[in-house]
Amino acid sequence: MLQAIAFYILAAVTVLAGFLVISARNPVHSVLFLILAFFSSAGLFVLLGAEFLAMLLVVVYVGAVAVLFLFVVMMLDVDFARLREGYVQYLPIGGLIAVLLLIEMIMVSAAVAGRGAAAGREPVAASAGVSNAEAIGRVLYTDYVYFFQAAGIVLLIAMIGAIVLTLRHRPSVRRQKIHEQVGRRRKDAVAVISAPSGEGIGE
Amino acid sequence: MTIGLEHYLTVAAILFTIGVFGIFVNRKNVIVILMSIEMILLAVNINFVAFSVYLNDVSGQILAMFVLTVAAAEAAVGLAILVTFFRNRGGIAVDAAGMMKG
Repeated sequence: MLQAIAFYILAAVTVLAGFLVISARNPVHSVLFLILAFFSSAGLFVLLGAEFLAMLLVVVYVGAVAVLFLFVVMMLDVDFARLREGYVQYLPIGGLIAVLLLIEMIMVSAAVAGRGAAAGREPVAASAGVSNAEAIGRVLYTDYVYFFQAAGIVLLIAMIGAIVLTLRHRPSVRRQKIHEQVGRRRKDAVAVISAPSGEGIGE
Repeated sequence: MTIGLEHYLTVAAILFTIGVFGIFVNRKNVIVILMSIEMILLAVNINFVAFSVYLNDVSGQILAMFVLTVAAAEAAVGLAILVTFFRNRGGIAVDAAGMMKG
């Protein structure tokens, strides 16, 4: 009973926040609602018994991705009123496709829950004596170790790509050029001139 | 009233639909489109975890972790492209992105 109440509250908050992400006028509000959606779906994961993934969702999405979005939204000085042009124009066709998609997917999920491999099963959070994180670790570092490495490479390439895309050298900024300082020779800097007495050195 | 698999699948379906709808409606706002993609991937993750728990197979949660990895990488690269685009064009309207070619 308590589980059902918690599920309905979390699901309602997730869906509502998801809807407000796409309908909020201010993109900063959109990002904040996105954080709320991620947070409440982390609650759904806890309810399912996948605690490790719930914490991962909070750390990765709320801690990194959403904050990245927030930085970008606040850094870019964009006229957001102009970006909302065409909102009403695409509303009917978008709404129609969304409703059709929703009906199809709910029908499929009802059929799967009724007749598929998972029909009539009880949720199994973890095997006896093994926590969720331990169960994931046992499989992740044995059966899926190559996929784990590949995920690391994906992240590395994404990091390099983001740096390459956003790094720029502005010529107006004066920087210390150490190779020029070190590579300087005596003849580049010092000239010995014999000055005639009483006249000084002209140009 | 017990919460079954179909309840979680329905929540994921609604979230997925909201994401698709957001892409349709906010045609010009790249930031909201990226957020919609994140929501679609979150819906996929909910499906993975729900099936993983109900089928008693932890592989679904590992796949959800990989989806999470790809989503984070996609967000980072997408936002980097967005910043570069804003620097070059002075705006982020998507329909002006055709100017990038050539």
